[in-house]
This record gives sequence, structure tokens and C-alpha cells, in this order.
Amino acid sequence: MARIIVVGNGMVGYKFCEKMVNRSTEHSITVYGEEPRPAYDRVHLSSYFEGRTADDLLMAPSSWYADNGIQLFTGELVTSIDRRAKTIRTHTGKVDSYDYLVLAMGSGAFVPSLPGTDRDGVFVYRTIEDLNQLQAYARNARRGIVMGGGLLGLEAAKSLLDLGLETHVVEFASRLMPRQLDDAGSDILRARIQSLGITIHTNKRTTAITGTPRVDGLSFDDGVTLPTDMIVISAGIRPRDELARTCGLTTHARGGIVVNDGMQTDDSSIFAIGEVAVHNNMIYGLVAPGYEMADVVVRRLAGDHAACFTGYDMSTKLKLIGVDVGSFGDAFGETPGSVPIAYTDKCNGIYKRFTISEDGKRLLGGILVGDTKPYSLCHQMVINGMPLPGKPEALILGDQAGESAGAGLMSLPDTAQICSCENVRKGDLVRLIRDESVHTLDGLKKATKACTGCGGCAPLVNDILKMTLQTLGVHVKKTLCEHFAHSRQELYDIIRIKGIRSYNELLDNHGQGDGCEICKPAVASLLASIWNDLVTEQDTIQDTNDRFLANIQRGGTYSVVPRIAGGEITPAKLIAIGRIAAKYDLYTKITGGQRIDMFGARVEQLPEIWEELIAEGFESGHAYGKALRTVKSCVGTTWCRFGVQDAVSFAIRIENRYKGLRAPHKLKGAVSGCIRECAEAQSKDFGVIATEKGWNVYVCGNGGARPQHALLLVTDVDDDTCIRYIDRFLMFYIRTADPLTRTATWLNKLEGGLDYLRDVVVNDSLGIGASLEAEMQELVDRYACEWRQVVENPTLRARFRHYVNDESADETIVYAPMRGQKSAADWDNVNK
Amino acid sequence: MEIQDQSFVFSTPETTTVTEWFRAARVADFPEDGGMCVKFGNRQIAVFNFTRRGEWYACQNQCPHKMQMILARGIIGSHQGEPKVACPFHKKTFSLRNGQCLNGDEQCLEVYPVRVEQGYVYIGIGRENT
Repeated sequence: MARIIVVGNGMVGYKFCEKMVNRSTEHSITVYGEEPRPAYDRVHLSSYFEGRTADDLLMAPSSWYADNGIQLFTGELVTSIDRRAKTIRTHTGKVDSYDYLVLAMGSGAFVPSLPGTDRDGVFVYRTIEDLNQLQAYARNARRGIVMGGGLLGLEAAKSLLDLGLETHVVEFASRLMPRQLDDAGSDILRARIQSLGITIHTNKRTTAITGTPRVDGLSFDDGVTLPTDMIVISAGIRPRDELARTCGLTTHARGGIVVNDGMQTDDSSIFAIGEVAVHNNMIYGLVAPGYEMADVVVRRLAGDHAACFTGYDMSTKLKLIGVDVGSFGDAFGETPGSVPIAYTDKCNGIYKRFTISEDGKRLLGGILVGDTKPYSLCHQMVINGMPLPGKPEALILGDQAGESAGAGLMSLPDTAQICSCENVRKGDLVRLIRDESVHTLDGLKKATKACTGCGGCAPLVNDILKMTLQTLGVHVKKTLCEHFAHSRQELYDIIRIKGIRSYNELLDNHGQGDGCEICKPAVASLLASIWNDLVTEQDTIQDTNDRFLANIQRGGTYSVVPRIAGGEITPAKLIAIGRIAAKYDLYTKITGGQRIDMFGARVEQLPEIWEELIAEGFESGHAYGKALRTVKSCVGTTWCRFGVQDAVSFAIRIENRYKGLRAPHKLKGAVSGCIRECAEAQSKDFGVIATEKGWNVYVCGNGGARPQHALLLVTDVDDDTCIRYIDRFLMFYIRTADPLTRTATWLNKLEGGLDYLRDVVVNDSLGIGASLEAEMQELVDRYACEWRQVVENPTLRARFRHYVNDESADETIVYAPMRGQKSAADWDNVNK
Repeated sequence: MEIQDQSFVFSTPETTTVTEWFRAARVADFPEDGGMCVKFGNRQIAVFNFTRRGEWYACQNQCPHKMQMILARGIIGSHQGEPKVACPFHKKTFSLRNGQCLNGDEQCLEVYPVRVEQGYVYIGIGRENT
């Protein structure tokens, strides 16, 4: 049995192990990794600051290595190789022998030689340890600078922003991402990133890092100094080739271990893969080519001596700080005779540039900023050398025409690689769909592992699925799930017209099977939106939050949020909340919607807590429902010297009108008392801003993962008109939106956009204004507090218990102390 | 409910040799088309009253994805006819018949046979799951 030693346990080193154990069991594998933990996903490192833990990022847990017979030594650095004896030595003095050695040390951050890089507060951005140190230091910092405006630098900038720092990016070149984008594309990216609050400085040559012992600034050759509390250097990567140099393997002048097409170094029993390898004068700083290299070595070791690495396409598509960016093929138009066509939309932050061949028949490459929908297809056209389906302009204008895009997709050859992480070809997918009746995206993922790596190919795989099904004559329709062959809007009409009141009645007459976690809550929401019956009447079709009328949190406890309309609360009520939270030992926090959330309540405590809250005059805040949450307000003319209208009173009136309203997704509103907009109404589903003459109404904004500003629907209307328009707007949304679609996404998909919406709501172009208002009034009249009903009804109350056969609480719930309160224990540490 | 006076055995996992039928609770204590958690010693077992199919199922209450004691509060349903439960946390779904994860690679759930007799629900505890 041949002994393989892998030096380096990063993503590529791990992938080698995974591919090796899948291929052959005739080798023993030992892995040495310098970092204290097994290989993790470095590509998504910045998600560490968005709440993912180190364990979430692991490529595989330690047990995976053991289960597959791999010996893994973490925290053990290989310091030398004795090629004659075929042994390695580690920093602890351990010696191990190999038949084959795979070098996958990857790269480290390149730190330019500048005065001051050794100051406190100067970091690199490469490992989880780097991130931990950076995070700890950032607690006492206000401002941070990232040196380097490339891909990694911008990722690092996002992390600083997430840590709450005033963030600056300093780039030596004249533009951001100089290797992927041209000036025009970079300008669009720059504008969008700056709008998030990151300041960009280009054309800046740094001369020194200042301050002792802590960094206090960065000085440039133009004499300017930029003060800062910390610096992250992201100026490029440097291959970790020290080991190869000391044992005499050939390395490249600019760093990296030189390999041939079989990934062999000049010692035939030593291979190098990933970012430490130089193939054909190229270092590949992406993960996909590294995986391909790992595959070549695995095939070589399994006896396939023809396996070769032939270079790799460096196209990339990614989301940078929320902005989609793509660059593929000949992005800059370097092919002689090629013709660029470009489109810039500064208003919406979109840039597209395509490189077309001299004869106008082929696409050679391109750059996409702000909208990467065409990426997958265009990239495929380039790597497969396919002719353009129509005129080149159609690439820019033909976005809406789904058909032409589809035609392009179907004309891809079967050999077109769709998922580059797992090397899945179009033919593999089509065969599964056609011959093995795999007709769902989930099924394809399971069968091929496509979309399970970076996930970037998911839209393409989904399109191939839909198109192939169409060619098979399978009717593809927008349906809720396997149990209902209807869209949400169709079900809305069916329920309303036929007067259907229960889920089972709908399933019996218009569906099939036994339902599922998709259609049950969706229908529950429809029934609630149409009839406003209490959700407690059909509790088992509700998602857990609606079933227990509280928000489930880590550990299986719930949080409690009473309604505080408009954010206005009396001192007596504040004291009541404090008293109740203290009595039940609940963690309390002020929410973004100007109310108070109490966390850590066990399911059987909920009715008692609510009984006390109701006795103090509170009612349900519906924080658990796809329903109206809050109408935030600023203080307006009540106190503010700038206010022009009474924002608080109007917010309370609106919140009380729509409280309990169930919708396809949560709804948030706000009222600001003047143009200063302190209530942030333009980030809400509906926002009202006071003017001297009345109110301006904005609709369809949201925060969340893809923030979108609300758009101005109508100006200077009085109180009653304002409410009438919001009635119509909300009811129209509730009638027509897909499940779990916020108003912003709904409007984006609505044909005719805002103009059409204004026609319907303000000009009543469909003649449904009165009926929308009447439907809303019906719902408003039927409102009742769900929690009051539960508290007063012993049967409903009895459902709030953990064990059906025991009065005790779930004894497995654990809490952890947190700044004088309790919090949920991290779920990687519980019940194992 | 018409089945109260008969004895039904549901979803016997083939490998289970039941050594004890544990009387969990009354039929009426379970919601229709929903589940409740049963305490059996130190163990938590999720029991589902699948009214729509006239069937009962039982499985471990802990979701193997994030080790949360929660499955009894999950929505039940079917996938291509296979009865399933969806974890409320991240919507991992598991077959109620054999415990297998239907939309991921999570560990298989332990499942138990259920018997309904004289208005009571019993869970079959076997040698291998004690």
C-alpha cells in the first residue's frame, strides 16, 4: 500500500483527500496542517462576521478524516523534506516517510516592504485566526483602512463594515478590481460600494504606516496622511514555497513551485497543487482550478498517466459587498480586431461590456457589474465557442426575452461544463432528467452534487431542468409545490370565490397528497389574509412561529414581543415589561422596530407571560407572523422643533389599523415628521413622510439582504387619502404576490412597475379600488388579539407544553451568560 | 374518533423487536395532523397523529442537523407519498417511515412503532433502541 503524505490542509488539500478516498482505497493518506483546525471554506471567510461559526465553515469535521482512514495532524507544520530518504520532518521533530508527497501549502498574504507593517493594529486577512485577532482589536477601533482594492481587499472591507468601523479602501491602481474590471465597470462598482458607506481612495501609493506602538495612520507619496485605528493589508498573495526551496525543488522567480502538466515537480514522487503551484508560468488564485489540479494528481496516482492539467479559465462571478460582479473570457478586448459593446446605467448601478469577435459572430468575453444574470449563459458561449444566437446587441437588450436565452442554453453542447466545482456537464443533467426521471432541482443536486459547492450554477441547472422538461412535453407551471398545481394567486381566487375555510378542504378539492411544510403555511397565510380567522384555529398547518405565536430561537425557546404602536410607551408600561422580564429571567433587547423583545421563554411559559402582559394592557405584536410588524415613527410635531406633522399619532393610527394583517411576507411601515426622515420610512414596505401640505407616500422598500429604497407613490395627500391608498396598495399586494415575497421583490417582478402600481392604486385603472378598500375594512373589523384568545381558552392554552405526558420543562435547554443577562447556548455545544 | 376502540400498529420498523409498549398519552392529547413530544425516561420521542392518512408515527425528537429537541413541533406532510416531518429550524425533512433525511445528508432518525388501543397511544421500545 503506497503511503501518501499531504502537506497543507486547506481547501485544495482537503479536496485531494476527498477525491482520493472516492477513487481508491489502495493508498494510506496522512495529512499535516499548520492551522489548529481542519480545512475550512476560505472563500466564504467573510461570512464569519455575519454569524457563521468556525465549525460552520469546515469543509468536513475531524471525524470525516478518521472515518475515511485518513490520519490528520493539525497544528503541525512540516519544516523540511529529505528527498533521498523520502521523509518529512515537522516542527515538533516528528519524522514520517512517504512514497508520494503532495504539496498543498497554499499561499499567505503578501505584505509589501513598508515601514511600520509590524505596528500593533496591522493585520492580514487570510485565516480564522487572523479574523479573530482583527475582531478583538476592532472592538476598540473606530476607523479601519484596507490596503488593496482587489477581490480580497473588498471582502475585507465588508468585514470591517460589519464590525461597525468607518471603513476606507486604499488602492494603488486607478480603479477597483483592476484585474477583472475596466474603468467604466470599476466606476459603477465604486459608486455602489461608496453608497454603503465605504470610502474609496484610488491612485494612492503608500509610503509608510505611522504610529508607535499602535498604528495611527497611513501616509502617501503625495504628502497626505489618512488617520486610522487599524489596517488590513490585502495586497496580494505569496505562495508558501519555503519548503520546496529548502529541499531544492525548482521554484519560480516570482514564487511558487514549478510543475508539469501532471502536477509533478522535478521530483517525480512530489506533486504540488493549488495556490502554491506554478503551471505554465501561472499561479491560479481561485479554488476551482485548484480542485482540478487535485483531480489530476488523484487520477495519476490511480494509474491514469494521461491525466493532465491544461490551464484553467479564470472567469469569475461573485457577489461583492452585495454587488454582483462577473468577468469572463477576454474581458478587456485584447483579441486583435475584437469589438466592444457596452451599456452603462448609472442610475441603477449596472454596467455590461461584451467583447465580440471581428466578424460579429462570436462572443469572446465580458464584464458585468450590478447584474450578472447573463453570466452563466455568456460564459458557456465563450468556453464552447458557440455562435451568437442573434445580433450582438441582443446580449444587452435581450435580457427580458427569456426565450432567446433559453434557446441559447439548449444549444449548448452536452460537454458544456455547468458546475465547475464538481465538474458536472450539461449532458449529465439532461440524461438524468430525460432517462432517469429526475425532475426536481433537489434530485439533480443529490445525484450530481452540482450546486453544492459555491452554488453559483444553481440558476443554470434550474433553467436546464425547466427547458429539458419542456422538450419532454412536461408542462412547467408556476406551482406552489407537489401538492397544489396552482400559483398562490390562483389559490387566493379559489379560496375567496369558493368560500374555502380550511386547509384540508382546499387540499381535498384542489390538491393531492398530504401537504408539506411549503403549502401548509402558504395556505394558512392565505386563509388568514382572506378571512382573518385566528391562526390558532388550524394550528398544525402553521409554521412553528405562528403555531406557538412567538419566535423560535436557538435552543428551542421563544421570544415575546408585545405591540408598542408607533414606538410610544408609557413609563408604567415600561416598568411592567421590566418586571415581567425579570420575573421569568428573559433576555431583553430593543428591536429595530422600536419595541422590546424578550428572549428565552420556554414554550410552557408563554401563556403565563402573556397573561401578565395582557393584564398590563399589552396585546400581541405579531413579530412571529408574516404580518404587519411595526409602524416606526419619529417624534414629529409632538416635540421636535423641525416637525411639520404629528408623525407619532399618525403612525399609531396606521399601526392599529393594520395590526394582525397577514400577508405573503412580513410588512413594515414608518412615518416621519419631516423631510429629515428620522423614521427611515423610505426603507419600509410603506413609508409616509410629512410635508407642509400633508403626506408623501412611499412604497415597496426594504432592508434585509438586498436593501431597496421605497419609491414615491403620491405626494401631499391628507390623512384619510393616505390611508385609503395604503389600504389599496396592501390589499393588491396580498392578492397578487407569490408566497414569501416582500413588496420590493413583488414590485420588481410586477409588469409595468411603479407606473402600473400607481395606476391601480391612485388612478384606479382596474376599477377595483373600492373592493380593495372594502376587503381591507373587513379584515380590520375582524381583528382580535390571538394571545388574548389563547390566554382565555383552556383548550388552546393546553397546547403550550413540551411533553404530552409530563408537566416538566425540556431539561435539555441550556443558556449561557451574556453581559449580565442570559443567551442561548451556541448550538454546536448542545445536546451532543 | 372512530379508531379509539380498535388496536392498530403503525409503522413497525422491520428491525425492531419490541420488548416494551410504553403507554404515552391519550389519543385526544395529540393535535390532528400534528405531533407532541413524549418523555420516556431521559429520552424525547416525537409522536405524530397523521389524521389525514389515518396513521401514527414516532421518531426521535432531536433534529440531527443542529441537535435541537424540536421535531415534534414540525409540520408533517408527504413527499411523493412518503410521510415526512420538516424541522422548524432549517426545514430539513425526514421520512417518518424509516427516518432518512429527504433533502440533505443528515443522520438518519431513530423511528419507533406506534400502537393505538382503547384511546391510548403506545410507543414500541425495542432492544436496539434502549
